[in-house]
Amino acid sequence: MMTLTNSVLEGNRLALARLLTQVENDSSEGRAALAELFPHTGKAQLIGVTGASGTGKSSLVNQLALHYRKTDGSRKRVAIVAVDPSSPFTGGAVLGDRVRMRDLSGDSGVFIRSMATRGSLGGIAQTTAALTQVFDAAGFEIIIIETVGAGQSEVDIARLAHTTLVVEAPGLGDEIQAIKAGILEIADVLVINKADRPGVENTERALRSNLELAHPTQRVFHHHGRSISVTAPATDSKLWIPPIHKTVATEGKGIPELAESIAKHAAHLHQGGDWAARDRARLGSELEAVLGEALMTRFHETVPQEQYDEIVEKVLSRNLSPWEAVKSLLNGSSE
Amino acid sequence: MTEKKIRVLVAKPGLDGHDRGAKVVARALRDAGMEVIYTGLRQTPEMIAEAALQEDVDVVGLSILSGAHMALAPRILELLKSNGQTHVKIFMGGIIPDEDMPRLKDMGITGIYGPGASTDEIIKDVREAVK
Repeated sequence: MMTLTNSVLEGNRLALARLLTQVENDSSEGRAALAELFPHTGKAQLIGVTGASGTGKSSLVNQLALHYRKTDGSRKRVAIVAVDPSSPFTGGAVLGDRVRMRDLSGDSGVFIRSMATRGSLGGIAQTTAALTQVFDAAGFEIIIIETVGAGQSEVDIARLAHTTLVVEAPGLGDEIQAIKAGILEIADVLVINKADRPGVENTERALRSNLELAHPTQRVFHHHGRSISVTAPATDSKLWIPPIHKTVATEGKGIPELAESIAKHAAHLHQGGDWAARDRARLGSELEAVLGEALMTRFHETVPQEQYDEIVEKVLSRNLSPWEAVKSLLNGSSE
Repeated sequence: MTEKKIRVLVAKPGLDGHDRGAKVVARALRDAGMEVIYTGLRQTPEMIAEAALQEDVDVVGLSILSGAHMALAPRILELLKSNGQTHVKIFMGGIIPDEDMPRLKDMGITGIYGPGASTDEIIKDVREAVK
């Protein structure tokens, strides 16, 4: 295994591809490699891209990657993890995000990996975070994660990424969609893609009024023919207010401005100490998940299966509540 | 632990724009529980080999209706080989004249399917090939 991680660190693309598979399958080799690579992680900037299907997320990711590779002169190495849903019935998946990313082929500074959710519901797969760690260790400076296009409650991506883009498009939802909790609250940057389509003003107005509710700024009221300007109470200058960008990804319009906002957000996180805080929160919850799994394994090793089954039966016959059952299981007695 | 999934790249090299067959096969493989990476129309051999590498697929399915199979197939085989992906099995579908089939098989193409081939047969052969 040592050789595979070494090859990955040396930039071997075939080794990287194979290791990603091991990690995605959560194999013991994959876990061992992750442990070896872990000291090399923590350098990449993670950008999450989420939003309903049909808003043009893949095209936007394609353009952003092109921007980092060509336009802005930094030639940062870009990895893309594109997540699409698995069928809950067959476990199969068609992963089609690459169709919109053909501009990136032939560039050895770009690596695109498609992954299926494999039963996970939060918009990304269980092992998506682990895949980004592999890319991070392999020296990719920018990692873009594209979630499945469910459009709601993809909170997992906000936990994983440093900067989360929420992509909307004109004509897809009304104001109530935007007001729904969750999706707007995770946005660090809002994008209205397909901004050459009719209805873009309505979408922008809906988003802006929602942002206003969350972050009041100066307003002008018209009252009996007089304009009254009211300045909202001075808010914390450290507060980040999500900017709204209009883009036409198929033509590359609005991309440099979007990239600038992403850079500003990263700088904001660094200045306010939030970068480290996000890292801490992310690694903390990862640690907890691993710990939970290890504790479960240890628990099942110590409690005989018969005793466990016996207690399940008691719960089934309503002789024991689940809370009492857990108490007695943890105390090691069958009462 | 998740079990190992069969990963398949479905690609359409060449210049014809008929992707219905490729889509039918992609769906069938998905319904058989495989993960299908679909790359769309007009892929060059270089693009296909690059995608096969990045996605670490077990199988590449090529759909060719343009008649250019005798030029495209060897090129893709050669690129996969030079990338170190010798274990990847290649399947082909489309309009392939009978007399070309033995030569393609000799080159290392695992399975060739014409119009009217059953998706069940393709699924069975793919599963068999990656065992």
